[in-house]
Amino acid sequence: MAPQHKLVSFTLNGKPTQKMIDVRASLSDMLRNDYSMHSVKEGCEVGECGACTVLIDGETFNSCIYLAVWVEGKDVVTTEGLTGEDGTLSDIQQSFVDEFAVQCGYCTPGFIISAEALLRENKRYTRDELRKMMAGNLCRCTGYENIINAVEKTMEERLEAKAKG
Amino acid sequence: MYDMKALYEAESVDHALALMQEHPDALVMAGGSDVLIKMREGKLAGREFVSIYMLDEMRGITLTKDGTIRIGSLTSFSHVIRSEIVQQHIPVLAEAISMIGGPQVRNIGTIGGNTCNGVTSADSGATLMALDAEVELRGPEGTRVIPLQKFYIKPGVVDIKRGELQMALLIKKEGYEGYTGHFIKYAMRDAMDIATLGCSVNVRLSEDKQTIEDCRVAFGVAGPVPMRLPSAEEVVRGASISDDLMHAFAEATEADVNPRTSWRAKKEFRLHLIKTMAERALRACITKAGGTI
Ligand code: FES
Ligand code: FES
Repeated sequence: MAPQHKLVSFTLNGKPTQKMIDVRASLSDMLRNDYSMHSVKEGCEVGECGACTVLIDGETFNSCIYLAVWVEGKDVVTTEGLTGEDGTLSDIQQSFVDEFAVQCGYCTPGFIISAEALLRENKRYTRDELRKMMAGNLCRCTGYENIINAVEKTMEERLEAKAKG
Repeated sequence: MYDMKALYEAESVDHALALMQEHPDALVMAGGSDVLIKMREGKLAGREFVSIYMLDEMRGITLTKDGTIRIGSLTSFSHVIRSEIVQQHIPVLAEAISMIGGPQVRNIGTIGGNTCNGVTSADSGATLMALDAEVELRGPEGTRVIPLQKFYIKPGVVDIKRGELQMALLIKKEGYEGYTGHFIKYAMRDAMDIATLGCSVNVRLSEDKQTIEDCRVAFGVAGPVPMRLPSAEEVVRGASISDDLMHAFAEATEADVNPRTSWRAKKEFRLHLIKTMAERALRACITKAGGTI
Protein backbone atom coordinates (compact mmCIF):
# COMPACT_ATOMS: atom_id res chain seq x y z
CA MET A 1 0.00 0.00 0.00
CA ALA A 2 1.26 3.47 -0.87
CA PRO A 3 2.32 5.58 2.12
CA GLN A 4 -0.62 7.39 3.66
CA HIS A 5 -0.18 11.02 4.63
CA LYS A 6 -2.31 13.27 6.73
CA LEU A 7 -2.32 17.00 7.43
CA VAL A 8 -1.58 17.51 11.12
CA SER A 9 -2.23 20.88 12.79
CA PHE A 10 -1.01 21.48 16.32
CA THR A 11 0.88 23.90 18.54
CA LEU A 12 4.59 23.27 18.99
CA ASN A 13 6.32 25.23 21.73
CA GLY A 14 3.67 27.90 21.61
CA LYS A 15 3.53 28.29 17.82
CA PRO A 16 0.71 26.93 15.67
CA THR A 17 1.98 24.75 12.83
CA GLN A 18 0.81 22.21 10.28
CA LYS A 19 2.47 19.68 8.03
CA MET A 20 1.71 16.62 5.92
CA ILE A 21 2.81 13.65 8.04
CA ASP A 22 3.22 9.98 7.25
CA VAL A 23 0.60 8.20 9.39
CA ARG A 24 3.19 5.56 10.33
CA ALA A 25 5.43 8.12 12.03
CA SER A 26 5.84 8.22 15.79
CA LEU A 27 5.71 11.62 17.43
CA SER A 28 9.45 11.40 18.16
CA ASP A 29 10.11 10.71 14.44
CA MET A 30 8.07 13.74 13.47
CA LEU A 31 9.55 16.11 16.06
CA ARG A 32 13.12 15.15 15.16
CA ASN A 33 12.85 14.72 11.40
CA ASP A 34 10.20 17.24 10.38
CA TYR A 35 10.71 19.90 13.06
CA SER A 36 14.40 19.44 14.05
CA MET A 37 13.52 19.22 17.73
CA HIS A 38 16.67 17.26 18.46
CA SER A 39 16.32 17.51 22.24
CA VAL A 40 13.75 14.74 21.88
CA LYS A 41 15.99 11.68 22.22
CA GLU A 42 15.23 8.20 21.02
CA GLY A 43 16.67 5.71 23.47
CA CYS A 44 14.75 2.47 23.90
CA GLU A 45 11.84 3.35 21.58
CA VAL A 46 9.54 1.10 23.60
CA GLY A 47 8.37 3.41 26.36
CA GLU A 48 10.84 2.33 29.06
CA CYS A 49 13.50 5.05 29.32
CA GLY A 50 11.68 8.38 29.02
CA ALA A 51 14.43 10.01 26.89
CA CYS A 52 11.76 11.00 24.36
CA THR A 53 9.38 12.60 26.91
CA VAL A 54 7.37 15.62 25.73
CA LEU A 55 4.43 17.51 27.18
CA ILE A 56 1.11 17.11 25.41
CA ASP A 57 -1.60 19.36 26.83
CA GLY A 58 0.50 19.61 29.98
CA GLU A 59 0.93 15.87 30.59
CA THR A 60 4.07 13.82 29.97
CA PHE A 61 4.12 11.28 27.15
CA ASN A 62 6.80 9.05 25.67
CA SER A 63 6.79 10.38 22.11
CA CYS A 64 8.34 7.14 20.78
CA ILE A 65 5.10 5.25 21.44
CA TYR A 66 2.68 7.96 20.37
CA LEU A 67 1.48 8.35 16.81
CA ALA A 68 2.41 11.71 15.29
CA VAL A 69 -1.10 12.16 13.84
CA TRP A 70 -2.57 12.04 17.35
CA VAL A 71 -1.25 15.52 18.22
CA GLU A 72 -3.92 17.04 15.96
CA GLY A 73 -5.30 20.07 17.80
CA LYS A 74 -3.04 19.56 20.80
CA ASP A 75 -0.33 21.59 22.51
CA VAL A 76 3.16 20.02 22.41
CA VAL A 77 6.16 21.24 24.39
CA THR A 78 9.79 20.08 24.13
CA THR A 79 12.78 21.50 26.03
CA GLU A 80 13.40 23.83 23.06
CA GLY A 81 10.19 25.53 24.16
CA LEU A 82 11.47 26.12 27.70
CA THR A 83 14.55 28.00 26.54
CA GLY A 84 14.12 31.73 25.88
CA GLU A 85 14.34 33.17 22.32
CA ASP A 86 17.88 34.36 23.04
CA GLY A 87 18.94 30.98 24.36
CA THR A 88 18.55 31.79 28.07
CA LEU A 89 17.94 28.64 30.05
CA SER A 90 14.77 28.25 32.07
CA ASP A 91 15.02 27.83 35.85
CA ILE A 92 14.85 24.04 35.76
CA GLN A 93 17.37 23.83 32.91
CA GLN A 94 19.76 26.12 34.84
CA SER A 95 19.31 23.99 37.98
CA PHE A 96 20.38 20.89 36.07
CA VAL A 97 23.59 22.74 35.12
CA ASP A 98 24.18 24.15 38.60
CA GLU A 99 23.55 20.87 40.40
CA PHE A 100 25.71 18.81 38.00
CA ALA A 101 22.66 16.75 37.15
CA VAL A 102 24.04 16.07 33.67
CA GLN A 103 26.79 13.70 32.60
CA CYS A 104 26.43 12.32 29.09
CA GLY A 105 23.22 14.33 28.76
CA TYR A 106 21.21 11.82 26.78
CA CYS A 107 18.50 11.47 29.40
CA THR A 108 18.46 15.17 30.34
CA PRO A 109 15.76 16.64 28.09
CA GLY A 110 13.37 13.86 29.10
CA PHE A 111 14.07 14.44 32.79
CA ILE A 112 13.61 18.18 32.39
CA ILE A 113 10.22 17.71 30.74
CA SER A 114 9.08 15.31 33.50
CA ALA A 115 10.32 17.82 36.07
CA GLU A 116 8.58 20.72 34.34
CA ALA A 117 5.27 18.83 34.40
CA LEU A 118 5.38 18.32 38.15
CA LEU A 119 6.80 21.80 38.87
CA ARG A 120 3.82 23.37 37.13
CA GLU A 121 1.58 21.93 39.85
CA ASN A 122 3.24 24.33 42.29
CA LYS A 123 3.13 21.85 45.14
CA ARG A 124 5.79 20.76 47.59
CA TYR A 125 6.79 17.12 47.26
CA THR A 126 9.15 15.04 49.38
CA ARG A 127 12.24 13.55 47.75
CA ASP A 128 10.54 10.15 47.78
CA GLU A 129 7.54 11.57 46.00
CA LEU A 130 9.79 13.29 43.49
CA ARG A 131 11.52 9.99 42.81
CA LYS A 132 8.20 8.30 42.19
CA MET A 133 7.08 11.13 39.89
CA MET A 134 10.31 10.87 37.91
CA ALA A 135 10.28 7.06 37.81
CA GLY A 136 9.48 6.98 34.10
CA ASN A 137 12.92 8.35 33.22
CA LEU A 138 16.12 6.33 33.32
CA CYS A 139 19.67 7.67 33.66
CA ARG A 140 22.70 5.42 33.35
CA CYS A 141 25.25 8.04 34.43
CA THR A 142 24.34 10.27 37.33
CA GLY A 143 22.89 7.95 39.95
CA TYR A 144 19.85 10.26 40.14
CA GLU A 145 20.88 12.10 43.33
CA ASN A 146 21.84 15.33 41.56
CA ILE A 147 18.79 15.17 39.34
CA ILE A 148 16.52 15.07 42.38
CA ASN A 149 18.59 17.92 43.90
CA ALA A 150 17.99 20.04 40.80
CA VAL A 151 14.26 19.39 40.79
CA GLU A 152 13.93 19.98 44.51
CA LYS A 153 15.86 23.26 44.25
CA THR A 154 13.66 24.60 41.45
CA MET A 155 10.53 23.44 43.26
CA GLU A 156 11.55 25.46 46.35
CA GLU A 157 12.47 28.48 44.23
CA ARG A 158 9.13 28.48 42.46
CA LEU A 159 7.20 28.02 45.70
CA GLU A 160 9.10 30.91 47.24
CA ALA A 161 8.46 33.12 44.22
CA LYS A 162 4.78 32.25 44.38
CA ALA A 163 4.57 33.00 48.11
CA LYS A 164 6.07 36.42 47.45
CA GLY A 165 3.46 36.86 44.75
CA MET B 1 8.27 4.66 11.33
CA TYR B 2 5.98 1.95 12.49
CA ASP B 3 5.58 -1.00 10.20
CA MET B 4 1.85 -0.88 9.56
CA LYS B 5 -0.04 -1.43 6.37
CA ALA B 6 -2.63 1.23 7.04
CA LEU B 7 -4.05 3.37 9.81
CA TYR B 8 -7.71 4.33 9.87
CA GLU B 9 -8.42 7.13 12.30
CA ALA B 10 -11.93 6.96 13.70
CA GLU B 11 -13.78 10.25 14.11
CA SER B 12 -16.71 8.95 16.15
CA VAL B 13 -17.76 5.68 17.73
CA ASP B 14 -20.12 5.00 14.81
CA HIS B 15 -17.31 5.74 12.38
CA ALA B 16 -15.05 3.34 14.29
CA LEU B 17 -17.67 0.57 14.08
CA ALA B 18 -18.09 1.24 10.34
CA LEU B 19 -14.32 1.17 9.79
CA MET B 20 -14.14 -2.16 11.62
CA GLN B 21 -16.82 -3.57 9.28
CA GLU B 22 -15.04 -2.22 6.25
CA HIS B 23 -11.64 -3.58 7.30
CA PRO B 24 -12.40 -6.83 9.13
CA ASP B 25 -8.73 -7.73 9.50
CA ALA B 26 -7.78 -4.44 11.14
CA LEU B 27 -6.84 -4.41 14.81
CA VAL B 28 -8.14 -1.77 17.19
CA MET B 29 -5.61 0.59 18.73
CA ALA B 30 -6.44 2.60 21.89
CA GLY B 31 -3.44 4.34 23.51
CA GLY B 32 -1.12 2.06 21.56
CA SER B 33 1.31 1.50 24.42
CA ASP B 34 0.97 -2.24 23.95
CA VAL B 35 0.37 -2.52 20.21
CA LEU B 36 3.07 -0.03 19.16
CA ILE B 37 5.68 -1.77 21.31
CA LYS B 38 4.77 -5.11 19.76
CA MET B 39 5.24 -3.51 16.35
CA ARG B 40 8.75 -2.40 17.33
CA GLU B 41 9.49 -6.03 18.13
CA GLY B 42 8.32 -7.03 14.67
CA LYS B 43 5.14 -8.63 15.97
CA LEU B 44 1.91 -7.40 14.40
CA ALA B 45 4.03 -5.93 11.60
CA GLY B 46 2.35 -5.07 8.32
CA ARG B 47 -1.15 -5.09 9.80
CA GLU B 48 -3.98 -2.61 9.42
CA PHE B 49 -5.21 -0.62 12.42
CA VAL B 50 -8.31 1.28 13.38
CA SER B 51 -7.23 3.96 15.85
CA ILE B 52 -9.84 5.05 18.37
CA TYR B 53 -7.45 7.24 20.36
CA MET B 54 -8.99 10.54 19.21
CA LEU B 55 -12.49 9.61 20.42
CA ASP B 56 -12.97 11.87 23.44
CA GLU B 57 -16.54 10.59 23.77
CA MET B 58 -14.98 7.37 25.12
CA ARG B 59 -13.13 9.21 27.89
CA GLY B 60 -14.26 10.29 31.33
CA ILE B 61 -15.85 8.99 34.51
CA THR B 62 -19.48 9.56 35.37
CA LEU B 63 -21.86 8.59 38.13
CA THR B 64 -25.19 7.52 36.64
CA LYS B 65 -28.56 8.08 38.35
CA ASP B 66 -28.67 4.58 39.81
CA GLY B 67 -25.23 5.06 41.37
CA THR B 68 -23.25 3.12 38.76
CA ILE B 69 -19.72 4.38 38.17
CA ARG B 70 -19.06 4.39 34.44
CA ILE B 71 -15.44 4.61 33.31
CA GLY B 72 -15.07 5.27 29.59
CA SER B 73 -12.67 2.74 28.10
CA LEU B 74 -10.23 5.35 26.79
CA THR B 75 -9.84 7.08 30.16
CA SER B 76 -6.13 7.15 30.95
CA PHE B 77 -4.85 5.67 34.19
CA SER B 78 -3.82 9.14 35.37
CA HIS B 79 -7.33 10.44 34.86
CA VAL B 80 -8.83 7.48 36.73
CA ILE B 81 -6.47 8.18 39.64
CA ARG B 82 -7.36 11.88 39.72
CA SER B 83 -11.12 11.39 39.33
CA GLU B 84 -13.08 12.67 42.31
CA ILE B 85 -15.70 9.98 41.80
CA VAL B 86 -13.02 7.30 42.02
CA GLN B 87 -11.31 8.95 45.01
CA GLN B 88 -14.58 9.17 46.87
CA HIS B 89 -16.20 5.82 46.12
CA ILE B 90 -13.51 3.39 44.99
CA PRO B 91 -10.13 4.73 46.19
CA VAL B 92 -8.75 1.20 46.00
CA LEU B 93 -8.87 1.42 42.19
CA ALA B 94 -6.74 4.56 42.26
CA GLU B 95 -4.30 2.85 44.65
CA ALA B 96 -3.94 -0.13 42.34
CA ILE B 97 -3.59 1.88 39.16
CA SER B 98 -1.04 4.29 40.61
CA MET B 99 1.32 1.31 40.78
CA ILE B 100 1.28 0.81 37.01
CA GLY B 101 4.48 1.72 35.15
CA GLY B 102 5.62 5.33 35.52
CA PRO B 103 3.89 8.67 34.90
CA GLN B 104 4.26 8.59 31.11
CA VAL B 105 2.82 5.08 30.96
CA ARG B 106 -0.11 6.09 33.15
CA ASN B 107 -0.79 9.06 30.88
CA ILE B 108 -1.02 6.98 27.71
CA GLY B 109 -2.32 3.66 29.06
CA THR B 110 -6.10 3.28 29.06
CA ILE B 111 -8.26 1.28 31.41
CA GLY B 112 -10.02 -0.34 28.45
CA GLY B 113 -6.77 -1.29 26.74
CA ASN B 114 -5.50 -2.76 29.98
CA THR B 115 -8.48 -5.12 30.21
CA CYS B 116 -8.78 -5.85 26.46
CA ASN B 117 -5.19 -7.15 26.34
CA GLY B 118 -6.33 -10.00 28.53
CA VAL B 119 -3.08 -10.13 30.48
CA THR B 120 -3.13 -11.60 33.96
CA SER B 121 -0.63 -9.07 35.33
CA ALA B 122 -2.84 -6.07 34.50
CA ASP B 123 -2.81 -4.11 37.75
CA SER B 124 -6.35 -2.88 37.15
CA GLY B 125 -7.83 -6.31 36.43
CA ALA B 126 -7.87 -7.82 39.90
CA THR B 127 -9.23 -4.67 41.53
CA LEU B 128 -12.00 -4.24 38.98
CA MET B 129 -12.93 -7.89 39.53
CA ALA B 130 -13.01 -7.44 43.29
CA LEU B 131 -15.48 -4.60 42.65
CA ASP B 132 -17.69 -6.89 40.54
CA ALA B 133 -17.09 -4.65 37.51
CA GLU B 134 -18.95 -5.18 34.25
CA VAL B 135 -17.89 -4.51 30.69
CA GLU B 136 -20.01 -2.56 28.23
CA LEU B 137 -19.50 -3.58 24.61
CA ARG B 138 -20.96 -2.05 21.49
CA GLY B 139 -21.15 -3.75 18.14
CA PRO B 140 -23.20 -3.75 14.96
CA GLU B 141 -26.02 -5.53 16.84
CA GLY B 142 -26.11 -3.04 19.68
CA THR B 143 -24.83 -2.88 23.22
CA ARG B 144 -24.30 -5.74 25.65
CA VAL B 145 -22.99 -5.81 29.20
CA ILE B 146 -21.14 -8.77 30.70
CA PRO B 147 -19.33 -9.37 34.00
CA LEU B 148 -15.60 -8.71 33.80
CA GLN B 149 -15.04 -12.22 35.14
CA LYS B 150 -16.67 -13.67 32.03
CA PHE B 151 -14.86 -11.16 29.80
CA TYR B 152 -11.47 -12.76 30.50
CA ILE B 153 -11.34 -16.06 28.61
CA LYS B 154 -7.67 -17.08 28.53
CA PRO B 155 -4.30 -15.30 28.28
CA GLY B 156 -4.57 -12.62 25.61
CA VAL B 157 -8.14 -13.60 24.74
CA VAL B 158 -11.20 -11.69 25.90
CA ASP B 159 -14.85 -11.90 24.97
CA ILE B 160 -14.99 -9.26 22.26
CA LYS B 161 -16.80 -10.39 19.14
CA ARG B 162 -15.68 -9.30 15.71
CA GLY B 163 -16.77 -5.74 15.08
CA GLU B 164 -17.30 -4.94 18.77
CA LEU B 165 -15.71 -2.14 20.78
CA GLN B 166 -15.31 -2.06 24.53
CA MET B 167 -17.04 1.19 25.53
CA ALA B 168 -16.79 1.33 29.30
CA LEU B 169 -16.25 -0.42 32.60
CA LEU B 170 -19.18 -0.27 34.95
CA ILE B 171 -19.16 -0.59 38.70
CA LYS B 172 -22.63 -0.88 40.17
CA LYS B 173 -23.58 0.60 43.52
CA GLU B 174 -23.85 -2.92 44.97
CA GLY B 175 -20.24 -3.36 43.95
CA TYR B 176 -18.81 -0.58 46.07
CA GLU B 177 -21.34 0.86 48.52
CA GLY B 178 -20.41 -0.08 52.08
CA TYR B 179 -17.24 -1.87 50.94
CA THR B 180 -13.68 -1.05 51.90
CA GLY B 181 -10.89 -2.16 49.62
CA HIS B 182 -7.17 -2.74 49.75
CA PHE B 183 -4.66 -3.57 47.03
CA ILE B 184 -1.19 -5.07 47.36
CA LYS B 185 1.24 -5.40 44.48
CA TYR B 186 4.26 -7.61 44.79
CA ALA B 187 7.00 -6.72 42.31
CA MET B 188 10.77 -6.39 42.31
CA ARG B 189 10.71 -2.61 41.88
CA ASP B 190 8.40 0.13 43.08
CA ALA B 191 7.85 1.54 39.59
CA MET B 192 8.12 0.51 35.96
CA ASP B 193 7.64 -3.14 36.84
CA ILE B 194 5.17 -5.87 36.04
CA ALA B 195 3.51 -7.47 39.04
CA THR B 196 4.76 -10.83 40.25
CA LEU B 197 1.38 -10.91 41.97
CA GLY B 198 -1.40 -8.43 42.63
CA CYS B 199 -4.08 -8.91 45.28
CA SER B 200 -7.25 -6.90 45.72
CA VAL B 201 -9.74 -7.40 48.54
CA ASN B 202 -13.05 -5.70 49.30
CA VAL B 203 -14.99 -6.29 52.49
CA ARG B 204 -18.28 -5.15 53.97
CA LEU B 205 -18.51 -5.36 57.74
CA SER B 206 -21.62 -5.62 59.89
CA GLU B 207 -22.71 -2.50 61.70
CA ASP B 208 -21.02 -3.53 64.95
CA LYS B 209 -17.83 -4.28 62.93
CA GLN B 210 -17.63 -7.78 64.40
CA THR B 211 -18.67 -9.78 61.36
CA ILE B 212 -17.61 -9.90 57.74
CA GLU B 213 -20.88 -9.62 55.85
CA ASP B 214 -19.29 -9.95 52.45
CA CYS B 215 -15.84 -10.31 50.98
CA ARG B 216 -14.50 -10.33 47.46
CA VAL B 217 -10.92 -11.23 46.74
CA ALA B 218 -9.24 -11.24 43.35
CA PHE B 219 -5.69 -11.87 42.18
CA GLY B 220 -3.65 -11.04 39.12
CA VAL B 221 -0.96 -13.55 38.08
CA ALA B 222 -2.33 -16.27 40.41
CA GLY B 223 -3.59 -17.99 37.27
CA PRO B 224 -3.65 -17.47 33.50
CA VAL B 225 -6.06 -14.52 33.78
CA PRO B 226 -7.11 -12.33 36.73
CA MET B 227 -9.39 -14.38 38.96
CA ARG B 228 -11.73 -14.31 41.94
CA LEU B 229 -11.14 -16.73 44.82
CA PRO B 230 -14.58 -18.15 45.66
CA SER B 231 -13.52 -20.72 48.28
CA ALA B 232 -11.56 -18.15 50.28
CA GLU B 233 -14.48 -15.71 50.07
CA GLU B 234 -16.86 -18.41 51.31
CA VAL B 235 -14.72 -19.07 54.39
CA VAL B 236 -15.07 -15.51 55.70
CA ARG B 237 -18.54 -14.58 54.45
CA GLY B 238 -20.80 -14.18 57.47
CA ALA B 239 -18.02 -15.17 59.87
CA SER B 240 -17.04 -13.21 62.94
CA ILE B 241 -13.63 -11.57 62.83
CA SER B 242 -10.80 -13.38 64.59
CA ASP B 243 -7.15 -14.22 64.15
CA ASP B 244 -8.03 -17.82 63.30
CA LEU B 245 -10.36 -16.64 60.61
CA MET B 246 -7.52 -14.72 58.98
CA HIS B 247 -5.39 -17.86 58.85
CA ALA B 248 -8.27 -19.96 57.59
CA PHE B 249 -8.82 -17.40 54.84
CA ALA B 250 -5.13 -17.53 53.85
CA GLU B 251 -5.16 -21.34 53.73
CA ALA B 252 -8.36 -21.44 51.69
CA THR B 253 -6.83 -19.41 48.87
CA GLU B 254 -4.80 -22.41 47.75
CA ALA B 255 -7.86 -24.25 46.47
CA ASP B 256 -8.70 -21.42 44.07
CA VAL B 257 -5.43 -20.51 42.45
CA ASN B 258 -3.15 -21.97 39.87
CA PRO B 259 0.07 -19.97 39.67
CA ARG B 260 2.86 -20.94 37.33
CA THR B 261 6.62 -20.94 37.50
CA SER B 262 8.19 -18.16 35.47
CA TRP B 263 11.47 -16.29 35.61
CA ARG B 264 9.84 -13.85 38.02
CA ALA B 265 9.00 -16.43 40.66
CA LYS B 266 8.55 -20.16 41.22
CA LYS B 267 5.12 -21.65 41.75
CA GLU B 268 5.88 -22.51 45.40
CA PHE B 269 6.98 -18.96 46.12
CA ARG B 270 3.89 -17.55 44.45
CA LEU B 271 1.68 -19.83 46.55
CA HIS B 272 3.37 -18.58 49.69
CA LEU B 273 2.90 -14.99 48.50
CA ILE B 274 -0.76 -15.54 47.67
CA LYS B 275 -1.54 -16.71 51.20
CA THR B 276 0.48 -13.93 52.80
CA MET B 277 -0.85 -11.16 50.58
CA ALA B 278 -4.47 -12.29 50.83
CA GLU B 279 -4.28 -12.30 54.60
CA ARG B 280 -2.53 -8.93 54.79
CA ALA B 281 -4.97 -7.32 52.39
CA LEU B 282 -7.96 -8.69 54.32
CA ARG B 283 -6.51 -7.44 57.62
CA ALA B 284 -5.88 -4.02 56.07
CA CYS B 285 -9.46 -3.82 54.77
CA ILE B 286 -10.91 -4.70 58.17
CA THR B 287 -8.75 -2.10 59.90
CA LYS B 288 -9.59 0.56 57.30
CA ALA B 289 -13.27 -0.24 57.72
CA GLY B 290 -13.01 0.39 61.47
CA GLY B 291 -12.93 -3.22 62.66
CA THR B 292 -10.39 -4.81 65.00
CA ILE B 293 -8.87 -8.26 64.83
S1 FES C 1 12.85 6.34 23.66
FE1 FES C 1 10.83 6.66 24.25
S2 FES C 1 10.77 5.80 26.21
FE2 FES C 1 12.75 5.28 25.55
S1 FES D 1 23.39 11.72 32.09
FE1 FES D 1 23.87 10.01 30.89
S2 FES D 1 22.02 8.90 30.86
FE2 FES D 1 21.64 10.44 32.28
